[in-house]
Amino acid sequence: MAIKILAPGLSTTVQDLGRPGYYHLGIPLSGGMDRFALRVANLLVGNDEGAAVLEAVFMGPEIEFTADAVVAVTGADMPAKVDGAVQAAWTSFKIKAGQKLSFDFLQKGARAYIAIAGGIDVPVVLGSRSTYTLGALGGHQGRKLQAGDELALGSAVKSVAAGRSLAESLRRAPGAPAELRVLPGLYWHRITDESGRQFFDDTWKVAPEADRIGYRFRGGRPLGFVPRKQPFGAGSDPSNIVDACYPYGSIQVPGGTEPIVLHRDAVSGGGYFMVGTVISADMDLIGQLQPHTPARFVKVDMKGALTARHDRASLLGRVRAALAS
Amino acid sequence: MNTRYSFGGDEHIFVEVDEEMSLAAFFKSLSMTNAVRESRIKGVTEICPANASFQIKFDPDQISPDDMLAELKRLEGTAEKADSTLKTRIVEIPVLYNDPWTHETLMRFRERHQDPKSTDLEYAAQVNNLGSVDNFIKAHSGAPWFVSMVGFVAGLPFLYQMVDRPRQLEVPKYLRPRTDTPKLTVGHGGCFSCIYSVRGAGGYQMFGITPMPIYDPNQQIGYLRDFMVFFRPGDIVKWKPIDRPAYDQAVADVEAGKFAPLMRDVTFSLDEFQLDIDGYNRKLEGVLYGH
Repeated sequence: MAIKILAPGLSTTVQDLGRPGYYHLGIPLSGGMDRFALRVANLLVGNDEGAAVLEAVFMGPEIEFTADAVVAVTGADMPAKVDGAVQAAWTSFKIKAGQKLSFDFLQKGARAYIAIAGGIDVPVVLGSRSTYTLGALGGHQGRKLQAGDELALGSAVKSVAAGRSLAESLRRAPGAPAELRVLPGLYWHRITDESGRQFFDDTWKVAPEADRIGYRFRGGRPLGFVPRKQPFGAGSDPSNIVDACYPYGSIQVPGGTEPIVLHRDAVSGGGYFMVGTVISADMDLIGQLQPHTPARFVKVDMKGALTARHDRASLLGRVRAALAS
Repeated sequence: MNTRYSFGGDEHIFVEVDEEMSLAAFFKSLSMTNAVRESRIKGVTEICPANASFQIKFDPDQISPDDMLAELKRLEGTAEKADSTLKTRIVEIPVLYNDPWTHETLMRFRERHQDPKSTDLEYAAQVNNLGSVDNFIKAHSGAPWFVSMVGFVAGLPFLYQMVDRPRQLEVPKYLRPRTDTPKLTVGHGGCFSCIYSVRGAGGYQMFGITPMPIYDPNQQIGYLRDFMVFFRPGDIVKWKPIDRPAYDQAVADVEAGKFAPLMRDVTFSLDEFQLDIDGYNRKLEGVLYGH
């Protein structure tokens, strides 16, 4: 059983829950940027939560099915169509051999997750099917999909009916402006108190340079640095440090001007200071931000970060319970 | 050295062993990460050593951030007592300095450079007061370098020059990063050299190119068949300047599956190195070349 890519969309890649364990060699986690939407898409079609799906950015692909299948699309609001007939989002639907899956224009969000019963069966590389395009690793030939690609499907774990749906109250999307909770730290001490306040007071906008590696933000006031003699090996700019590891979600601000939040395909390290880290509970939201979306960074402490993490876990628990049957 | 701990969100602890780079800071970072690995603390998911710092990723559902922090602080004492010897490898990396591909690339990004009228090598020679590009290449390839970090992108080594500080080459990074760097470029920024494992963006000055692949996601190249990434933190590198015919031959050998890196196992002692840096480096070269 296979699917054929007729048109790839803007950037459609195979992703699962990622490839932990190799960050020390510069190979990042990868996997779905919105892991919640990815998990739900899989649950809706009866897959394991971590089965490989397609992640489509801003624009959906066009796919021909060679066998009957059950499909669900979650994440960005980008209506799926079967031979032109619109299907409900966050809901499983059937598609027959020979039919085409296509998409309407993006209405909200940024990334749609297309799960197919059985999962996308590309080779497992270092424990994952996720695509890491910068390293040409995993997924389908280490790259985003192209017209003409054929992808094999696994066999369905269990058969599920069409029309399984996740209640709207259990879905999650960024607010307006998007609020990203941040634990200050890492090299926070490098900026002045005044700049620290500005960073959280200002409203930023997602820049066009926003991808799986990181999201850049613009529009806030530049940060001022606490003066120091630059340490040996760091480089001359006050935003430089001796090259160090970058946490996922860490916020570097080269030159003090445009914050960059590293995401699933993060560069694992480098020579720019970081003011803190977006908490794990809010990473999925970033994956649904379009360029030019207003966003604010909201300061939290560790207790707040862990509470948010707990809330996310219990939401997922309710989703699992709702889709268990 | 003044070790500083900070949380990177709810899943990481960042440990800065020292603000400035030194081999002593690197060794302490490496021995602390080794101690973390050996202690098998539950909930640890990634252990990432860097130049003068390291990072632990952990699962806060398995161990609370405060407990994780306490465990690391406890290990700091152990790491300080660890002897500073390292069983590692010394590897010869052939380099075609001043090659046509990085030259073509650097000319395309001149407006992002401090000195648009000179090449990266000319600029590096000038800011290090070395008088000429040839002298700079001699200084760059004269002494061995330590792989003090692997990362940025897949398999990219950061290299730290094994000479006393006054002789260490320092060159600022580009004013604004390039959007392109040829694969296998030998670059330099701050006090670090690197080898770009893949083609892509980069801010380091570009000095040359090596014919020796260091990352192969398809694991077809003989010496990368067991694992796709060549370098490990602690490896020692000796650059070997080569000319264009030697470069072309090496590329052909790689393609024919005949290229094998020249490398030897070696035990490195930080204390002995610091007593007589040049003498120790000569001994390391003796191990590499068998004399």
